[in-house]
Amino acid sequence: MVMLKQNFDFINKRKIALIGSGLLLLISAASLIINGLKLGIDFTGGTLIEVGYSEIVELESIRSALETHEFGDATVQHFGTAKDVLIRFKPREGVNHSQASVQVLNAINSSSEQIADLRRVEFVGPQVGDELAEDGGLALLYSMFGILIYVAWRFEYKFALGSVAALIHDVVITLGFFSVLGLEFDLTVLAAILAVIGYSLNDTIVVYDRIRENFRNLRKGTPQMILNNSLNQTLSRTLMTSLTTILVLIALALLGGEIIHNFAIALLVGVLTGTYSSIFIASPVVLALGVRKEDLMLPEKEGLDIDTHP
Amino acid sequence: MQNSFPLWKNLFIVLVLGLGLLYALPNIYGDDPSVQISSTRSTQLNEDQRDLIEKTLSAQGITAKAIEFSGDRILVRLENLDDQIKAADYLKVALGRGFTTALNLAPATPAWLRAIAAEPMYLGLDLRGGVHFLLEVDMDAAVKQAEERYVGDIRGALRAEKIRYASIAKVNDFVQVKLKSEVDAANAKAVLGTEFRNLKLSDGKELFVIEARISIDEKTQIKKFALAQNMTTLRNRVNELGVAEPIIQQQGDARIVVQLPGVQDTTRAKEILGATASLEFRMVDVKHDVQLAAKGKQTIGSRLYHERNGQPILLKRQIIVTGDQIVDASSGLDQNNSAAVYITLDGIGAKKMGRTTRDNIGKPMAVVFIENKVETRIANGKKVRHKEKLEEVINVATIQGVFSKRFQITGLDSTTEARNLALLLRAGALAAPIEIVEERTVGPSLGQDNIDQGTLSVMVGFALVLVFMAFYYKVFGLVANVALAFNLIIIVALLSMIQATLTLPGIAGIVLTVGMAVDANVLIFERIREELRNGNSPQASIYAGYEKAFGTIFDANITTLLVALVLFGFGTGPIKGFAVTLSLGIMTSMFTAIMGTRMMINLIYGKQRVKRLSL
Repeated sequence: MVMLKQNFDFINKRKIALIGSGLLLLISAASLIINGLKLGIDFTGGTLIEVGYSEIVELESIRSALETHEFGDATVQHFGTAKDVLIRFKPREGVNHSQASVQVLNAINSSSEQIADLRRVEFVGPQVGDELAEDGGLALLYSMFGILIYVAWRFEYKFALGSVAALIHDVVITLGFFSVLGLEFDLTVLAAILAVIGYSLNDTIVVYDRIRENFRNLRKGTPQMILNNSLNQTLSRTLMTSLTTILVLIALALLGGEIIHNFAIALLVGVLTGTYSSIFIASPVVLALGVRKEDLMLPEKEGLDIDTHP
Repeated sequence: MQNSFPLWKNLFIVLVLGLGLLYALPNIYGDDPSVQISSTRSTQLNEDQRDLIEKTLSAQGITAKAIEFSGDRILVRLENLDDQIKAADYLKVALGRGFTTALNLAPATPAWLRAIAAEPMYLGLDLRGGVHFLLEVDMDAAVKQAEERYVGDIRGALRAEKIRYASIAKVNDFVQVKLKSEVDAANAKAVLGTEFRNLKLSDGKELFVIEARISIDEKTQIKKFALAQNMTTLRNRVNELGVAEPIIQQQGDARIVVQLPGVQDTTRAKEILGATASLEFRMVDVKHDVQLAAKGKQTIGSRLYHERNGQPILLKRQIIVTGDQIVDASSGLDQNNSAAVYITLDGIGAKKMGRTTRDNIGKPMAVVFIENKVETRIANGKKVRHKEKLEEVINVATIQGVFSKRFQITGLDSTTEARNLALLLRAGALAAPIEIVEERTVGPSLGQDNIDQGTLSVMVGFALVLVFMAFYYKVFGLVANVALAFNLIIIVALLSMIQATLTLPGIAGIVLTVGMAVDANVLIFERIREELRNGNSPQASIYAGYEKAFGTIFDANITTLLVALVLFGFGTGPIKGFAVTLSLGIMTSMFTAIMGTRMMINLIYGKQRVKRLSL
């Protein structure tokens, strides 16, 4: 039987964790402010065309073809393999957007012996892009509020604050990761960020649940000890679940194809930080807010106790 | 101590699993290449067409797997893709203009499964390939058009009442009527007040000036009408494209989603959607001989047209009214209970129509449908833009009396035809300009790649988790694996039952569920281990493990569900797909991971004195 026998003093290490997290948050925030996110056309508006060739294709020839057809501002890059090409350009003045994709395809086909297989066209008008960005931001905010309320109701407001602190930590670091590496941030990545919130919260709730149980059952012990015990008791579960999730996410990132590659990456980063934050952020915040045994006693239960013990 | 479920609970779990298997089953049968035939206009599909289809196919040596009526269309299932394309070409010619033929992949679900409404999952455009358009209706233009119509209507009304005016013009957001005297102004106000109840009248800053504004209520009406009319127009045009299972939906106040699965030629799709069509009312030329004209004899003052059945007909060159002047058209029954189409014209149209009908009682009048199509064709190996003006007489009726603004067209065969004609009249032209604000096209090769890659990643992720769980939790791990497999099956069954759209992010949601679904089991198993470590008996540990873990699992899953719901509320298209599979996965995993595994653990360990658990 494989057993993790552990009694690790997480709470005492919280200062180190705090410095580490603080540093990561600082880097993320700085990069988000300086570099920003490389927003995909979902949010900026514009046209994206993916074409596939049967043989390896030189990007230079495509670029020059586009330049002669007045699409010089388009960015051209390989997508996944050297046979696939992604062409992207901003909304254009005076050009009917719906025709632009056709013009581009004609342009690159006219100057190449290979005929491109049109794999994907995405056009997002600027007005739609703004709305999608706004909706995305709202979705993030609403889910945070929903969680705050639910956790405050099921546990206590200190726990609500602790869980939201952990969530903000995870979201900022995941966004920072995308900003630092210059990975494209599109709608699917936004969905992944929201899923990260769900996942990270799942982890945090499991730990909180144990903290509550221990506070109620243990007669003695400082809050620090109780928190530490709870973290140790749930540790193998936390690691196991993260491990299985990470396994499938690696499968998704490596095999799921280019379109959901960034989605899987965002989830991977999020699950890693989420696992970490449920241990090193969520619980220490609760402790810092001065959690006490009395916060978690059930009023009904106390009433019952009086009845059964005359 | 023993652990066992009551019989009903075991039966219930087995029943759910059985139903899950049954409704997931249609997904393994694949598709039949098929040709879908539907009627476009007033024609009805019946056994005649079926016979014709059978004859045409057998004449070409193509064997159909089945020819089925499904609702208002006929589905011809074929053996392979080559037959499908050949059959579509021949059937198009054989059936003629009244019908559209579309290539489709029809699920090859056996009849006994279809009888219990078991159908395969509905694949999103990113998986099956196709085009998604988001079109925005220019509502400002719609209101502007209405205001311009009122300019004409007001002019007509004042003339009719012999009130002299200095000018009538559209200014900013109102119609400005300048009059010459106070008396005229008062009279005009009275006339306009009774004739145009939808207009809000107020005095302008200058003397003898009336400002007429469209009320907010009517503006809302105009916008609603513009949207509805554009949707009808688009639906008709999509039918012209020959697309199987198109989706045309309203999104918000001013947008229309058009999804065309399987369409690869987006250029053509855009051309058709953006095409302009209109109507004309013309008098029939009864003085000249149609047959001679059909043979090529020129006639003065009239032109040769063709009716829908190919019959030639001579119409006067002079147009009475055009489709732009039709404000509304609806179908219904006339006094004699026969089908009729009610048409409302604007001021100018009404006046012209009134004058014409007064002079031509007892004579036939024709309705001509005109469509300007732009098509790209291949000629001599080159792409040539081909512009075509399609003119067709859709209705000929005898003028029974004088009419102007509102009138009816009778002499139609059926209420269906009336409904179609009304629809056609309304849908003839777009009520307001539309713009494509979003387009997502996925080529068929990419769609198939997405399916392959998605399935592969689900399989590999699934396998990794299975191995890991079996290694780490032994017998309990195997039990969890069986539950996980059933979880996948139930998710697929539910997606098939509710016919939710499966998208690539949706598959990602399933993958994520696989990773997260074992969480419940991990929680339970870790708890059981803990109980064992605390010196409890195996049976008591199993019991306590499940009991204590339940609250935690519930709390943790509810919060994830909360996030999934937010995602569903805010997401569009593919993101919604992710939210759907994620929330379904959370719910089914609670069932399989808690109840399903408990049943199996009970069956393995529950009834005996166990010394050691394989955990």
